[in-house]
Amino acid sequence: MKINIKEKIYKWIFTVFAFASLLFLVGITVILVKESLPLFQKIKFMDFFFGKLWYPTYDPPEFGIFPLISASFWIMLGALFICVPLGIGSALYLNELAGFQQKAILKPVIEILAGIPSIVYGFFGMAILSPFLQKTFHLSTGLCALSASIVLGIMATPTICSLADDALSYVPQSFREASFAVGADRWQTLTRVIIPAAGSGISTAIILGMSRIIGETMTVLMVSGGAAVMLKSFFDPVRPMTAAIAAEMGESPMGSDHYHALFAIALILFGLTFILNIVAELISRRFRIKLGMSR
Amino acid sequence: MNKTAQNLGFGFLYLTMFVTIGFLALIIFFILARGSQVLSWQFLTAAPRSGMTAGGVAPAIIGTLYLTAGAIIFALPLGLCCAIYLCEYSPKGFIVNIIRISIHNLAGVPSVVFGLFGLAIFVNYFKFGVSILSGSLTLGILVLPMIISASQEALTALPQSLREASLALGATKWQTIKKIVLPGALPGILTGVILSVGRIAGETAPILFTAASFYLKGYPKSVFSEVMVLPYHIYALMTEGTHPEKQTAIAYGCSVILLILILLVSFIAILIRQKQRGYQNG
Repeated sequence: MKINIKEKIYKWIFTVFAFASLLFLVGITVILVKESLPLFQKIKFMDFFFGKLWYPTYDPPEFGIFPLISASFWIMLGALFICVPLGIGSALYLNELAGFQQKAILKPVIEILAGIPSIVYGFFGMAILSPFLQKTFHLSTGLCALSASIVLGIMATPTICSLADDALSYVPQSFREASFAVGADRWQTLTRVIIPAAGSGISTAIILGMSRIIGETMTVLMVSGGAAVMLKSFFDPVRPMTAAIAAEMGESPMGSDHYHALFAIALILFGLTFILNIVAELISRRFRIKLGMSR
Repeated sequence: MNKTAQNLGFGFLYLTMFVTIGFLALIIFFILARGSQVLSWQFLTAAPRSGMTAGGVAPAIIGTLYLTAGAIIFALPLGLCCAIYLCEYSPKGFIVNIIRISIHNLAGVPSVVFGLFGLAIFVNYFKFGVSILSGSLTLGILVLPMIISASQEALTALPQSLREASLALGATKWQTIKKIVLPGALPGILTGVILSVGRIAGETAPILFTAASFYLKGYPKSVFSEVMVLPYHIYALMTEGTHPEKQTAIAYGCSVILLILILLVSFIAILIRQKQRGYQNG
């Protein structure tokens, strides 16, 4: 009898704690909505989202975040040009070409590299890459969208590689054997059997990589240059959403319009990454069903 | 003909791998090479002097340790309990699915958003102020999904037969968990914790408004004090202050310490894991 009660108590404790993640996720949503609502009583959402002027400290202030959104978007696109070929390419290499021993070394190395903190990449971008770019291209400043894209691209490569490698390793060996059995060579097997089979898994990796790049803060804060204007060329300094939040939150008085506007940016950022993550989750679920795996 | 396509394709894949590792090795090399000139015993143990242009970074190292420890103390029990529920108790179904999805999504939330959440909840609402406590709690939430996944992996890796044997001997569920499951899964859980330490130690955005300070006199006195932290120190050295040259040198030193700390920590974790896998397979 006594044991029974004890068992039930423990089960309850575990159950309650299990909901912690859900609680925090809901908590974050509630806080972001609550803290950004006061702003939308003053300006319309459309003016906020599509407004082209971001002068939060002027009198009267302008809260148009379109320059910030477009900066985030272009930097992400630039970074994808680097990390998608490199990440997917090296994942294919790991899976198809690397021998057992090579893989045993490369896989943990890539994993360790994925764990290097963003501040180190930011520091590298600021101290080494941007002076180099400035000299090479004769720019007025090396802190620009291009440097941010390069650093973020290098940074996201190990992550995408790890995720894509996982997806590729789910492709059953029998697919490969069947392809070889009908006379295909290794390259044909790779391009016509393995990649299509792992396709949705690979796209999940890319989407999660996008979500990581767009939410990345310290790197862009240090490297992107910080000018909140519409991007005209990749050599211009820009200010993406995350950098705006991180740079301006310290200066904005609590409860001011500026403060609420920064929470509103965070809400949009949160919504964006949330959608990306849900899409990735849905695709990867279908992927597993396609390959005949339950969760 | 086909052979050419194959050679070209495989050559390209080889190249991508080479470039990936090359880029990252280059970054690490640059920072280690320039930063190791700054490192000295004094740099590790002394406090900063003359307006951040000389002296060491000991307070920032200590502060990083405090915050990391605080976050783990908060996140480990929570994450472990959640993992135990999902692996040992969970009836498959709707609720478990919701919990799984929220763990996935929490893991994907940008770190600066955690910072704002911490600012609104811990700093302003609970009035903890900019402090070790606020920073640790914020970092703890950030790292929670990682601890849950690692613990889950460790728990599912444990053979089902061990649990069945324990239950067959008449042990209750809780006794089985306490005496069989947790000890067996301990190395895996430990690996997860070590990896989380590496993650927390390098995070900057969540502590920008919740814990970090550029310059403080002396060491933090209680959990309600602000702290100097290594990653934030690098950022502040590069963006504030009036002596960029001297400050960049110190920032190199901080980056090396952080980099070595994190590489070492992940190396240890991976070593433990590989040993464990070898043990389970053979």
